[in-house]
Amino acid sequence: MADLEIKDLRVSVEDREILKGISLGISKGEVHAVMGPNGSGKSTLSNTLMGHPGYKVEGGEVLFKGKDILQLTPDARSRLGIFLALQYPVVVPGITMNNFLRTALNAHRGYDGKDKSKAVSPKEFRSLVEPHLETLKIEKSFLSRYINEGFSGGEKKRVEILQMAVLKPELAILDETDSGLDIDSIKYVSAAINQLRGPDLGVLIITHYTRILEFIKPDFVHVLVNGSFVLSGGPEVADLLEAKGYSEWVDEPAPAEEVSA
Amino acid sequence: MAVAPKINVGDDYKEKYGFFDPEKFVFKAKRGLTDEIIQEISWMKGEPEWMTKLRLKSHAIFLKKKLPTWGADLSVIDFDNIFYFLKSTEKQGTTWDEVPEDIKRTFDKLGIPEAERKFLAGVSAQYESEVVYHSLHQKLTDQGVVFTDTDTALREHPDLFKEYFGTIIPPADNKFAALNTAVWSGGSFIYVPKGVHVDIPLQAYFRINAENMGQFERTLIICDEGSFVHYIEGCTAPIYTTDSLHSAVVEIIVKRNARCRYTTIQNWSTNVYNLVTKRAVVYADATMEWVDGNLGSQITMKYPSVYLMEPGAKGDVLSVAFAGKGQHQDAGGKMIHVAPNTTSTITSKSISKGGGRTSYRGHVKVYPGANHCKSFVKCDALLLDDESRSDTYPYNDVDAENVTLGHEATVSKVSDEQLFYLMSRGITLNEAETMIVNGFIEPFTKELPLEYAVELNRLIQLEMEGSVG
Repeated sequence: MADLEIKDLRVSVEDREILKGISLGISKGEVHAVMGPNGSGKSTLSNTLMGHPGYKVEGGEVLFKGKDILQLTPDARSRLGIFLALQYPVVVPGITMNNFLRTALNAHRGYDGKDKSKAVSPKEFRSLVEPHLETLKIEKSFLSRYINEGFSGGEKKRVEILQMAVLKPELAILDETDSGLDIDSIKYVSAAINQLRGPDLGVLIITHYTRILEFIKPDFVHVLVNGSFVLSGGPEVADLLEAKGYSEWVDEPAPAEEVSA
Repeated sequence: MAVAPKINVGDDYKEKYGFFDPEKFVFKAKRGLTDEIIQEISWMKGEPEWMTKLRLKSHAIFLKKKLPTWGADLSVIDFDNIFYFLKSTEKQGTTWDEVPEDIKRTFDKLGIPEAERKFLAGVSAQYESEVVYHSLHQKLTDQGVVFTDTDTALREHPDLFKEYFGTIIPPADNKFAALNTAVWSGGSFIYVPKGVHVDIPLQAYFRINAENMGQFERTLIICDEGSFVHYIEGCTAPIYTTDSLHSAVVEIIVKRNARCRYTTIQNWSTNVYNLVTKRAVVYADATMEWVDGNLGSQITMKYPSVYLMEPGAKGDVLSVAFAGKGQHQDAGGKMIHVAPNTTSTITSKSISKGGGRTSYRGHVKVYPGANHCKSFVKCDALLLDDESRSDTYPYNDVDAENVTLGHEATVSKVSDEQLFYLMSRGITLNEAETMIVNGFIEPFTKELPLEYAVELNRLIQLEMEGSVG
């Protein structure tokens, strides 16, 4: 059994069925890409896996490490080893990135403000964060800024991957991490993800475009259209989409080029 | 607690430390207020005749003045059932057993030392920090700074006292200012001479035998030309008192080129009506900053104000209010632009939770001829649930030309997207909410001395856990 097992998952948003029974297994060490046109249900999939309260599971199962996660709150899923890089990271005023990262790390270690031996020390914290700043080309000063406040689109996405690198998940879901990124940012982000890639990490890349897959080679590619998988295969599926787009399923032009946001 | 080292204040503290108790009086505390009681208070304190007369005159004004018809409902205050003056020894009527459990729990969670708990709970009248205060006191004296309680100031600095007392907030200002002037006791008196910068914040706590937590304290601060002082009153720990009415008056004079910052953190127990008049007059190129945090009490009505008297004067109010279940925080600020080229800002942050209510009430007035003034008001309210409430009452009154007036108000709820984001990183719902609230008041917290900021964040955390009563 794969580490993540999605079985016949059906999800609705505001009473409209978006995911119409999808199944997918992701094991550690594998990189899967889910591709699809706008409105196909890609973000619904990623948000549902993380437990966003706006998405209602109508049926099916999601098991992670053999455990039914659909009843778990997002924080419990995170502590279990799931990470979601958001498509639109949120601004939270007044809380520094430092404080955020430290609190998240402490939460993962079961530190609840009481047993100080569980808390990450300042020295260890630096050793966990600083190496990734270099790869992601993030200025150290970002850590003293408030969460995503005044960050450009690319900076937000890079900081998402920084959080991933620090929290070391076993399953990372990257929700359109490439959208709105200039080519340099895509390179930095991809380099960081490739560094983290390995036998202990499963990756689910959710994307509209094939461009990021040139930098992060997927092992499997699944095409999501209108809430169902219509095609699954190896990296060659991405090449097919690169050439033909989603025109076989929907009336949409080839997705190879993105209009930069 | 951001306080001096702790000394055990046990039952034998009187013998050990020499409790200040000048004479034995026949004065017997009575409920209600009469001219006789006032005369007795004044006589007992050994006050000059002018003060006795001022108290009596203020009492007459108090009786004539009506309760404010706006703001919180004050009609339930029973003025005849209040002790207007208690000697400190009589105040120790409370025993530790009588202190409510929720207050004790909060002390526990904040890690307040034993001796301090008794003081804060009204069990012990004295908080001893003489050792630390002594060296500070010497330094201040060398600089010519006067920092004492207000009763002592009347005795020891009569001329300075008489020159300023009641000039900023006269008894006729409002019913509660009249009441305070009639029955005031305790509070702080500070005089900073010309050009002197007091480089550490002066805290009410430093004073020995402090009565700074009295019901009707009276504070007077005079910053002479080019001087600077930062005064801090209160603390984040809950102050338990059986007195239901707290009505203080704070008067501040900031002369040319001087700067005064007055920081308040108040966390009265939730039976208290906290009705405070605070006002500063500011002269040329001088600055007054009110940093005002209100957490406890049942009702707070407090609008620190600044009168900008000469060009270049600057006024700031930065306030935070937290209203939980059954609480109404009616707070804000007033900026009165009397002279041209004066500037002011009011920043108000309020948080309502569990059905609590916060109101921002502000007044910006620009007098005729006070041209080229600038004022900016920003009030942000955060509601933590659907039962809680927040209102904004901004009044602007501009009779001058070329005035820049800005007003920004936001009311927001803790957003689901922010919560989801923080939780998706492993942070629990409660901790995520606490972080968002602490982030919301960060513009306030960052102005506090570090130890107060840490305590305030911790207190918010307790409030958010619902473990504070």
